[in-house]
Amino acid sequence: MTTLPPPSPRKLGLVIDLDTCVGCHACAVACKEWNDGGQFGPLPDRDAYGAEPDGVWFNRVHSYAVEPGSDHAEGASNRCAGPDPESPAPKPGLTVHFPRSCLHCEAPGCVTVCPTGASYKRAEDGIVLVDEDKCIGCQLCAWACPYGAREISVRKGTMQKCTLCVDRIYNETLDEEDRQPACVKACPTRARHFGDLGDAESAVSRLVAERDGYALMPEFGYRPVNRYLPPRPRRDAANAPPAPPREETLDREKLPGVLRWLDRVLSR
Amino acid sequence: MRPTFSILCFTVLSGIGYGAWFLQGLAWAIGPICEAHSAASGVPWELCPVAFWTKAGSMLALLFVSTGLLCSLGHLGKPSRAWRALSQWRSSWLSREGVFALLTFVPFVLIAAQEVALWIAVVRAGPDGTVALSGWVSQGGLPRRLLGFCLAAGSLATVFCTANIYASLKPIRAWNDRHVVPAYLSIGLYGGCLLLAAMTVDRSMEFRDHRILLTGTIVLAVACAWLKHRYWRSIDAQSSTTTGHAIGLESLGTVRPLEAPHTEENYLTHEMGFVLARKHSTKLRRIALAAAFLIPALLAVLTFVLPRVYPLTVWLALASGIVGLFVERWLFFAEAKHAVMAFYGR
Ligand code: SF4
Ligand code: SF4
Repeated sequence: MTTLPPPSPRKLGLVIDLDTCVGCHACAVACKEWNDGGQFGPLPDRDAYGAEPDGVWFNRVHSYAVEPGSDHAEGASNRCAGPDPESPAPKPGLTVHFPRSCLHCEAPGCVTVCPTGASYKRAEDGIVLVDEDKCIGCQLCAWACPYGAREISVRKGTMQKCTLCVDRIYNETLDEEDRQPACVKACPTRARHFGDLGDAESAVSRLVAERDGYALMPEFGYRPVNRYLPPRPRRDAANAPPAPPREETLDREKLPGVLRWLDRVLSR
Repeated sequence: MRPTFSILCFTVLSGIGYGAWFLQGLAWAIGPICEAHSAASGVPWELCPVAFWTKAGSMLALLFVSTGLLCSLGHLGKPSRAWRALSQWRSSWLSREGVFALLTFVPFVLIAAQEVALWIAVVRAGPDGTVALSGWVSQGGLPRRLLGFCLAAGSLATVFCTANIYASLKPIRAWNDRHVVPAYLSIGLYGGCLLLAAMTVDRSMEFRDHRILLTGTIVLAVACAWLKHRYWRSIDAQSSTTTGHAIGLESLGTVRPLEAPHTEENYLTHEMGFVLARKHSTKLRRIALAAAFLIPALLAVLTFVLPRVYPLTVWLALASGIVGLFVERWLFFAEAKHAVMAFYGR
C-alpha cells in the first residue's frame, strides 16, 4: 500500500558524521557486497568487467571541496561551527566526504507516487522498502526522490534501494553486535551510527542533539529520518592551542653507561 | 531529465486522442440540446457541436489513445506486470491515470456498440425501409447523451492525472510549476480539435460545418502558445539548487565537487543528468511554437479565407501540430532539472 502508515514512534535510521568520514568508500563496498547476497539482492552489474560497468549501489560517497569565502550564502543558518568569523587569520579550506543513501523519510514522496504498492514504508520502524515482486519498473519513485537514493536495476528491470539492512538488524542468526547495517559495521572511522531516531534518549538522538545534526533539503517536506553531523570547527592560527616548547630535555642520569659517555663526548 | 521516446509518444498521442474524445463526448452530451435550441431560436444548426460527430474522428482518436498507452508500456522495466499499476489510486497520480485511461474505454465501447446496432437496423430495413430509431441507440437519446458525458469526463480526468504525475514531483522544479496542469489540459484539447478538424472531412458537407473546430483551433492555439510562453518565463526565473545547499553545508562557504562517487555514468546521471544547451533550447522553443501552434492556426485562418483549399489545410495543420507537440514535449523533459544533480554539481 503506498498510502503512508500512521507515524510510528520508532524511526530507525543512520547518523553520518561528516567530521570523521574520510571518504574511503568502505561503507559503499560493504553495502554492495552484503546486499548482493542478502535478501534484497542480487545487485547485478551490466558490463561488470568491461570498460563501462553500470549497476546499482545503495550508497554512494561524494567528495567535496569547501572554500570558505565571501560568497557565504546569505541568511544560511550557521549550523555548524565553521571557522570563527571574527578571526583575522585566513580561513582554511575543507574537504568533506559525503556518503549519500536513502534517508528513510517520514513523508517519502517516493512511496506515495508508486502506482503498484511495490514501494512502502514499514509501520513498525519506518524503513522504506521496495517489493521486487510487485515493482513494474516505472521509475516514478526515482524521479520523486530528491536525494538520489533509488536506482533501477538494468539487469532486473526493477527498482532497488537501501534497505537499512533489514535482513541484518533483525537477523537472529547473527551475533547481537553484528545486527547493524553492513555500512555501519564496515566504517573504519566510526563515522556511521545506527539507531532509533524516534527515541530522544537513544545514543544516536543524543549524538544529533550534541553535534547539531541536520536533515538534508528539508524544503521538500519529505522529513528525512537520517541525520548528518557537520564538520567540527577547524583550527586556524588564531584559535590554535599554543605550540609545545621546542627544546627537549634529556635526563642524563637515566641513560645507560655507554650512551652517557657518548652524550658527554658529543656535548663537548 | 532525459526525454524518453516512449513517454513522449504516450503523452503527445494519448493527449491528442483523449482531447478528441473529450470534444466528441461533449458533442454527444450537449449536441441535442443545442440542436433543439437552434431550432427554437433560429441560430443556424451548423454551429451546433453535434456537427463534430464523425466515426473517422473518434476511431483515429482511438488509434492515438491506444498507441500512446502501448508506448507507455515500453517505458516499464516489467511491462507484463503493468496491471498492478491500477491498484494504488488512493495515493498515486500514475495509478489514477491508469484507472481513468482504461475506464474511459467503457463509454467508448458502448457507444461503438450503439453505432453497430444502428447500422444493423439500417441494413435490415433495406434501402427503402424506414428505421424506427429506438431511444437506446439513437444519437440524441438519453443513453447516448450519458455515455457522451462519461466519455468527456473520463478523457478530461485522464489528461488531468497525466499532468499531475509531473506537476506533483517536487524535486523537479520545472514540473512542479503552476502552468503545467493548465498547459497539459489545453494542449490536449487543442490536439483533439486539430484531429477532429482533420477527420471531419465529409465531401457532402460544406466546409462551413466545421467552423467551430476551425475557430477552436485558432483560439486554442493562441491560448496554448501564451501558456507555454508563460511557463518558459516562469522556469527561466527559477534558481537551481546549489551543491552546498544539497549537502546542507552552504554556511561553510562555496561547495564544489572534488571527486565523483563513481567513475562511469550511473542510472542517476544518465536519467536525470540530461543537459540541454541554452542556445538550443531557445531555438527549439521557437520551433515548437511555430510548428505546434502558429502554422496550424495560420492554416485554419487560410481555410476561412480560401475555403477551396479545404481539407488539405486541416491535414497539414494536424501534421504540423503533431510534430510541434513532440518538440514541445521533448523540451518539457530536456529543460527540467532534477534536484539530485546538485549532489553532482551539474
Ligand atoms: S531518501 Fe528518497 S528513497 Fe529514501 S525515503 Fe526519502 S524520498 Fe524515499
Ligand atoms: S519503479 Fe517500482 S517501486 Fe518505483 S514507483 Fe514504479 S512500481 Fe513503484
